[in-house]
Amino acid sequence: MSVDAATVKKVASLARIAITDDDAERMVPELNNILGWIEQLGEVDTSAAAPMTAVIPNHLRLRDDVVTDGGVRDKVLANAPAAEHGFFGVPKVIE
Amino acid sequence: MADVTDLGVREIRDGVRDGSFSAIEVAEAFTARVAAAKQLNAFIVETPDHALAAAREADRAKAAGEELKPLAGVPIGMKDLFCTKGVQTTAASHMLEGFVPEYESTVSQKLWDAGAGMLGKLNLDQFAMGSSNETSYFGNVLSPWRRNDGGNAPLAPGGSSGGSSSAIAARLCPAATGTDTGGSIRQPAAFTGISGIKPTYGRCSRWGVVAFASSLDQAGPMARDVTDCAIMLEAMAGFDAKDATSLKLDVPHWEKGLNPSLAGKRIGIPREYRVDGMPEEIEALWAQGIEWAKDAGAEIVEVSLPHTKYALPAYYIIAPAEASSNLARYDGVRYGLRDLPEGANLQAMYAATRAAGFGDEVKRRILIGTYVLSAGFYDAYFTQASKVRTLIARDFENAWENCDLLLTPTAPSSAFALGEKSADPLAMYLNDVFTVPSSLAGLPAMSVPGGLDKAGLPLGLQIIGKPLDEQGVLNAGLALEQRAGFVARADQWW
Amino acid sequence: MMTESTYRIQGQTGEWEVVIGLEVHAQVTSNSKLFSGAPTAFGAEPNTQVSLVDAAMPGMLPVPNRECIRQAVRTGMAIDAHINKWSRFDRKNYFYADLPQGYQISQLYHPLVGEGQLEVEVDGNTKTVGVERIHVEQDAGKLMHDQHPTMSYVDLNRSGVALMEIVSRPDMRSPAEAGAYLTKLRSILRYVGSCDGNMDQGSMRADVNVSVRKPGDEFGTRTETKNVNSVRFVMAVVEQEALRQVEVIEGGGTIVQETRLYDPDKNTTRSMRSKEDAQDYRYFPDPDLLPLELDDAFLDECRASLPELPDAKRARYEAAGVTPYNAGVLTAEVETARWFDALLDAGADGKQASNWVASELFGALNRLDKDIAQSPVSPTQAAELLALVADGTLSGSLAKQVFEVMLETGEDPAKIVEDRGLKQTSDTGAIEAVIAEVLAKNPNQLEQYRGGKEALFGFFVGQTMKAMGGKANPGVVNDLLKKALAG
Ligand SMILES: [Mg+2]
Ligand SMILES: [Zn+2]
Repeated sequence: MSVDAATVKKVASLARIAITDDDAERMVPELNNILGWIEQLGEVDTSAAAPMTAVIPNHLRLRDDVVTDGGVRDKVLANAPAAEHGFFGVPKVIE
Repeated sequence: MADVTDLGVREIRDGVRDGSFSAIEVAEAFTARVAAAKQLNAFIVETPDHALAAAREADRAKAAGEELKPLAGVPIGMKDLFCTKGVQTTAASHMLEGFVPEYESTVSQKLWDAGAGMLGKLNLDQFAMGSSNETSYFGNVLSPWRRNDGGNAPLAPGGSSGGSSSAIAARLCPAATGTDTGGSIRQPAAFTGISGIKPTYGRCSRWGVVAFASSLDQAGPMARDVTDCAIMLEAMAGFDAKDATSLKLDVPHWEKGLNPSLAGKRIGIPREYRVDGMPEEIEALWAQGIEWAKDAGAEIVEVSLPHTKYALPAYYIIAPAEASSNLARYDGVRYGLRDLPEGANLQAMYAATRAAGFGDEVKRRILIGTYVLSAGFYDAYFTQASKVRTLIARDFENAWENCDLLLTPTAPSSAFALGEKSADPLAMYLNDVFTVPSSLAGLPAMSVPGGLDKAGLPLGLQIIGKPLDEQGVLNAGLALEQRAGFVARADQWW
Repeated sequence: MMTESTYRIQGQTGEWEVVIGLEVHAQVTSNSKLFSGAPTAFGAEPNTQVSLVDAAMPGMLPVPNRECIRQAVRTGMAIDAHINKWSRFDRKNYFYADLPQGYQISQLYHPLVGEGQLEVEVDGNTKTVGVERIHVEQDAGKLMHDQHPTMSYVDLNRSGVALMEIVSRPDMRSPAEAGAYLTKLRSILRYVGSCDGNMDQGSMRADVNVSVRKPGDEFGTRTETKNVNSVRFVMAVVEQEALRQVEVIEGGGTIVQETRLYDPDKNTTRSMRSKEDAQDYRYFPDPDLLPLELDDAFLDECRASLPELPDAKRARYEAAGVTPYNAGVLTAEVETARWFDALLDAGADGKQASNWVASELFGALNRLDKDIAQSPVSPTQAAELLALVADGTLSGSLAKQVFEVMLETGEDPAKIVEDRGLKQTSDTGAIEAVIAEVLAKNPNQLEQYRGGKEALFGFFVGQTMKAMGGKANPGVVNDLLKKALAG
């Protein structure tokens, strides 16, 4: 599988990273080099293997349903680029 | 009195305890050394007040006749991937420049609870993505080491924990935290002639550590020797209910359990780690390591890890895939950088913010990760890589039937010069060829210095253990350390 | 009885059939969020019910809430669904201001609950609607658009609240079936206690998938109308969207698979601005969480804690003599059924009690504008009242009087009867004396009756009862009157 500049731009848009046409062009050989290399995985016969789920055998612990958090609005908003009236502010969204 | 900055964790701890020197003397000596080492660029933020306050507390406790905490009087460096309450935490990115967490990571909290003080936040590869510390927004970290060719080529301290390795090697701190996703503790340790251990996945809590690739990320200590690593790891490890992948196990007394005899141990030599083009000196060091292990009483067995070759490509699918999702939260809404071009809507703000906030390597990995997860490619890339990961783990399980530990070189070369590999991402990735397989399998692994190459640069040996056998790994590390007698240190030029 | 719906849209080209599937998001009843210890209460000040985990601060990690898993499992059991003992959480990746992590933790590949079904009744016909799956996921935060001229405001109070997404099969064929399905599902959730069903607070909302086809054809292309928050609106969406689709197709157009929004004021649906790549969610297993493995003890506890469900309850009521209609009414809402069960437990007869509840109690509550949980009369008091009727102490009309006093004062019926002397009399001597008086006072009517105008019997009953102040046992009055009139 190899990518072209249009694909790079599409993937960047999916990842919400603005890139220029020049950047996209520049990244094409770089990404194809990496993608070409990782494609050797296709050689491996994985028919007898399940995808790994837990690297070290361990069970998912469930916590009790008690309120132990919240009520920390100042902390939640402390680093916000824009906060007003207890809310985060973002450019107006039209739905 | 000797310069206390030449001392390690154990010596400082014991010296404060027995009154050979005060904790404040130690903290002052190290803060001064940190302040005088700006050329190395190992620290993003210096926090002398934190170190001095911890030292004063240690001295107060000592004067009051209280029992001293395990790390009382020991100042350390904190990789700037650990969130520290009230102290800027950046992951070496522009994205988080100025971000001051309202919380303390579990691991750093455990260290403060153990009495340690913080000298500062250590530089790293941006979001821990890199093997040379050239991707930091806050500039390259320089290794204190230089080649003995008379040139002054600045060398890479390894990565991503390059600030940690450089600072320890330069005696700016006796120990530091690191994190290891595919070798980020072990490779920089090897490059700078120090020790570092990545414990079993789940030993150290990931809570409060800026995530790179969640299924791989593990914190661990870096220090000048194996004993100091054992002491530090004891303080850092332990169950944390706030991390669903944390292992609910008691923390062993690794320091007490240290034993350099390898009698009765079988040490496996994986044949697939003999890669083409590996420098002869690395081959020679490996052979030397085998001899040392034998000398310590180990039986040497050849083993096979047939899928080794596929570990790196699998890693470069899984880690970027997880990273592409983990880094989605950096969107300019709740914290960190916001780039809001005139008239931009929400989605345009995201794109502008992320374009401005992430460096090239981070973007590259996010794009790869996004691509391999996207519709139509998921099975071919991500599912296949996850299956290969299972096979790699199975290789190790099979090996454990014939041996207790594995011995390999840590990295395929000694430290390279800054800029030497940064133009070719793939060449940079290949640096982790020996460290990545054990990361994919979640195994404990450590690097200890073995000797110097012809250029006078350190080389490391890696020991890989069974799940939860940090003790076995540390013991083998100690056996090698004692036989290597590594005392070389970088001349101070900064 | 199973029958196919005959709901059809008459187009210019003939009849069209509507195909409907519902994805219902139901908020799981829990104190704290799915992956954090922050509270879930409705209506709090903005961003006060938010932990650093919910705000997706760097390095924060999710830890799942057992109760949320338990409630989803119990819900699955209540619709006879397959419970997957091995499931796992996936990340659904997309960027939006109400989604702090940049992904929603959900379940795609291995949901907690698999295939199940529930039975709905429409116009007396029973129909089975398949449920494909129930998975557990996080809710998003909330965006506010009209507080500021150039900004939207973000409130993360709901961010991370546990939801069950209950996905039906495309088995419904009319607005009525969709409405009945949603109503029934809501009823079951409330019986189980896994969701409070408050649709106006957003505790339940439906994504309505609609397509149309010529009867017997393949499924057509569907649209999904998001976040519809009442049964009535769901039915309206089905109706409007099906009509719109028929019009588009018959006008030579094609239906695009898209997301739509319902505007209740205009009663129309409209397309949401389509986002090119918004559909590529890049699902993959959440590496912060291990697989969720449930053991038998956990499942046994879930099963043992399930209450009697509406269908079983209804069958039991019918077996106790309750009419099918009343049984349906009494089981529709869990509070009603609980009240009625308490009434039965206090010894009331099923048939008598159900009639009384359906007419007297509901009538009174309606008048007082109260729901059954606020009834001034307790089930024990009601049972006592019904017992007084059954043993002949009170006539029907006396019972009504006593009930009115009970509603006003909250006193026990026996005390009211005692204090106010409202006891019914079966004293034959007293009644015979009154009858004799009545006959003597109405010679004309007596003559007409004896002359064959038997319809006047009711007149004599009324006169006798009136003279007895309503307290005579109507059965005894009937018997004695018949004898006296016969002469
Ligand atoms: Mg939906
Ligand atoms: Zn959903």
